Amino acid sequence: MTLDLATVQHIAALARLGLTEAELERMRHQLSDVLDHISMLQEVDTSDIAPTAQVIQLQNVVRDDVVEASLSADDALANAPRTEGGYFRVNAVLEQS
Amino acid sequence: MTELTSLTIAEARRRLDAREISAVELTDSHIDRIGEVEDRVRAYLTPMHDRAREMAANADRAIGAGERTAMTGIPLGLKDILCTVDAPTSAGSKMLEGYRSPMDATVVRKLREQHAVFLGKLNTDEFAMGSSTENSAFYTTHNPWDLERVPGGSSGGSAAAVAAGEAMGTLGSDTGGSIRQPAGFCGVVGLKPTYGRVSRFGLIAFASSLDQIGPFTRTVEDTAMLLGAIAGHDPKDSTSVPVDVPDYVAALTGDIRGLKIGIAAEFANIEGVEPGVAVACEAAYDQFAALGAELIPIELPYSKYALPTYYITAPAEASANLARFDGVRFGHSVDGGSVLESYLRTRGEGFGPEVKRRIMLGTYALASGYYDAYYVKAQKVRTLIKRDFDRAFEQVDVILAPTSPTVAFKIGDRSDNPLQMYLADIFTIPANMAGLPGIAIPCGFSEGMPVSLQIMGSAFDEATVLRTAHAYEQATDWQTMPELSVARA
Repeated sequence: MTLDLATVQHIAALARLGLTEAELERMRHQLSDVLDHISMLQEVDTSDIAPTAQVIQLQNVVRDDVVEASLSADDALANAPRTEGGYFRVNAVLEQS
Repeated sequence: MTELTSLTIAEARRRLDAREISAVELTDSHIDRIGEVEDRVRAYLTPMHDRAREMAANADRAIGAGERTAMTGIPLGLKDILCTVDAPTSAGSKMLEGYRSPMDATVVRKLREQHAVFLGKLNTDEFAMGSSTENSAFYTTHNPWDLERVPGGSSGGSAAAVAAGEAMGTLGSDTGGSIRQPAGFCGVVGLKPTYGRVSRFGLIAFASSLDQIGPFTRTVEDTAMLLGAIAGHDPKDSTSVPVDVPDYVAALTGDIRGLKIGIAAEFANIEGVEPGVAVACEAAYDQFAALGAELIPIELPYSKYALPTYYITAPAEASANLARFDGVRFGHSVDGGSVLESYLRTRGEGFGPEVKRRIMLGTYALASGYYDAYYVKAQKVRTLIKRDFDRAFEQVDVILAPTSPTVAFKIGDRSDNPLQMYLADIFTIPANMAGLPGIAIPCGFSEGMPVSLQIMGSAFDEATVLRTAHAYEQATDWQTMPELSVARA
C-alpha cells in the first residue's frame, strides 16, 4: 500500500506540521513502509479482547483539594517567546471584519 | 585515565566514606577524563562542570557531617530529557534549544537531595525517538568501543559516558528499549524498571504509557544502588505506584540455585539475529544452568506483534504529547502572521525528520476512519502481549533474551531506512508493552563489539532481575572498559 499525497497532506494539516513538498513526498513512502509492516496486526483475532491503554492497575488517582504553592507568573512566562503585561502573546484568533 | 574514573560506584562509596578520597577529587578526575575523550565520544550536550564542583564541595561537607547516602558525592550524568533548574533541557531538539525548566524532575530532585554530583546533560535522539543518537538535532554520539559506530539510542549519551569513564552512572529513559539497547551497544549495565516504579515527573514525555526512567552503570551492584536512589511513589506522577522499594543491594545474594528461567522459542526464531549475538546468548543461558538455575522453555506467541503494536501506540501517544509544542509558551517559535500559520511554521522548523515521521504516524493512527483499524487494534493486541507474559511468569521467575539482534552498527548505516532502524528494538519493546522490568548486561563480544543479554522480570520484581544479573556477572568476566579508556592511561 502506498499512501496518496492528499492523505499525507490531510494528516500533516491535522498534526499542524508545515511540511515542504519534498518532505511530503518522502513521508508518503516512509509512512507507507511502516504501515505495511504494521498491517500484520490484522491477522490477529481480537474479536473478544478488551483494549489495554495502560498496564498498571491504578484507577482514578486523586489527591486532597488543598492549596499549594505553584509556579509564579514570572517563572511560567520565563520561556515564552512573546509576552505582554504578564500574559502569553499570541496572534489574533478572531478575524476583524 | 586516572584510576578514579574506572572505580565502581560501590568502591567509590567505600573510599569516600573512609575519607580516602574526596568528592571534589572524584569529580575533578571525571572532568579531566571528559576533557581527554569527549571530543571523540561527544556524549554530553551541556557540561555542568562549575556546578559539579560546587555540588562536590557540598557533598564533602555532607560526608564530613555524617549525612551520607548511596549517591552522596558520586559524579553522575543526566539524559537531556530530564528537567533541571540549573542547566538547559533540550530533549535533543531544536524545538527546546536553550529551554530552562522552572523545576527539577523528581529523579533529579531526589539525587540532588542526596548530594549526588551532576557532570552534565547527555545526548539523546530528538525527544527520545531513535536507536542511535543520529536523530539528535545537535550531533551524533560515538561508541567508545569503535568511534565509527553508533552508541545506540535513544539514551546513547548516557550509555557512552558510562562506558568511556565520563561518569560513574547516568540516567536515561526507555520507551521501547532506549536504556537497554544503548547499554548493550556500549557494553554497560542498563535497567528499565517496571512502569510505575520511578516517577516520570519532569521527564519530557514521549509515550506516556511506556516511558520509564532508569540507571546506567558499569556493574549490577551500582545499578541496584542507583535504582534505589530514584525509585518510589511520587504524588506528582499519578502513574507512579505506591509500593515499597526494597533494598536492591541486599537482594544481590549471588545465589540463583533453583531459579526458574524462561527461554522463549519465539525469540530464538526472530530473523536478523547476528550469529555472534546468538552464540554469546546461548553460552550465557548455559552459564545460568551451570549456576544452578533451571531453564524452562516458554511460549510468548504474541511477542512477534510487539513491534507493530509499538509503532502504533508510541507514535499515537507522542503525537498527543508533542501537540504542546505550539510556539506560544516555550520553545522554538515562528510568527507566521496568523495562529494556524504560526503553528505550521513553528512545528515544521522546530522538529526533525524522525519526530515529524512519528507525529504523522500517530496522527494517522488516531485519525477518524483509521482509529479502530490501527489504534484500538493495537491496544487489543497489547492485551494479548501482556497475557503472554502473565502466563509465562506463572511458570518462571525471569525470562532471558538477547538485548538486540545485532551489535552496534556503523554510523549512517541505517539512518536512511526508518523501518530497519525500528527493528533494532525487536527484543526490548515487549517489556515496554507489558510494563515489565528488564536489564541489559554484557555477555560477550562479536566483531570486537559488546554483546548484551536481557533479563526480564515480573512487575515490580526488579530485585530478582538484579539478583539474576549479579550472579551471572560474578561468574563471568565481560565487564570491561573499552580501549579508548586505557589508550591514554
